[in-house]
Amino acid sequence: MIALTDQPIDSAKLVEQVQTPDSGAVLLFLGVTRRLTQGRETIQLVYDAYREMAVKEMASLEQEARERWHLHECLMVHRLGLVPVGDASVAIVVASGHRKEAFEAGEWLIDSLKQRVPIWKQEHWADGCTEWVHPSTVI
Amino acid sequence: MNMKIAVKLFAAARELAGQEEIVAELATGATVAQLRENLTENCPELCALLPHALFAIDNAYAQELDVVSEGSEVACIPPVSGG
Repeated sequence: MIALTDQPIDSAKLVEQVQTPDSGAVLLFLGVTRRLTQGRETIQLVYDAYREMAVKEMASLEQEARERWHLHECLMVHRLGLVPVGDASVAIVVASGHRKEAFEAGEWLIDSLKQRVPIWKQEHWADGCTEWVHPSTVI
Repeated sequence: MNMKIAVKLFAAARELAGQEEIVAELATGATVAQLRENLTENCPELCALLPHALFAIDNAYAQELDVVSEGSEVACIPPVSGG
């Protein structure tokens, strides 16, 4: 299941959704707005997305993960708009028979999401500056 | 024959251009590489970003030699930073 949301992510509800009697492993990853980046303080992040394509890319990641690992469930939710410090911007939940598959799939999913899915974060620094984050680009 | 292609902009590209979409006039049969050149010439504000950006056609990442067609949904995708 793939979703983009403008609301806070309810991770407990997501974990509940994936539990099956056959799943010996349920893995939850949350990407959370961090207060400090290289000593500089963040107040909040703002996420923008090319929504139609982001959903499509996330769905293709889910499908690929399901082909590579034997997963009982696979959920990916990304929050858009304003995400204050301490709140989750992304949640990935995978359930599988054994932990190895869940850990591998979870790590691959978040790494791939960060590389491929057209979503962008804007830093809102405590000093009042804002800055779009485009890795490997100096604008 | 020329065609007009509307290119969707996001994040810093949108902020730098000051608009959500930019229209490029290209020869029919132009490629993504030619679209990139055209934008580099005509939108100096995007110059620094364009060498790092990818393009998408109809919601899928495009290659440099893919042809851009009138009526397709085209988007400029600066390096992503979700998660």
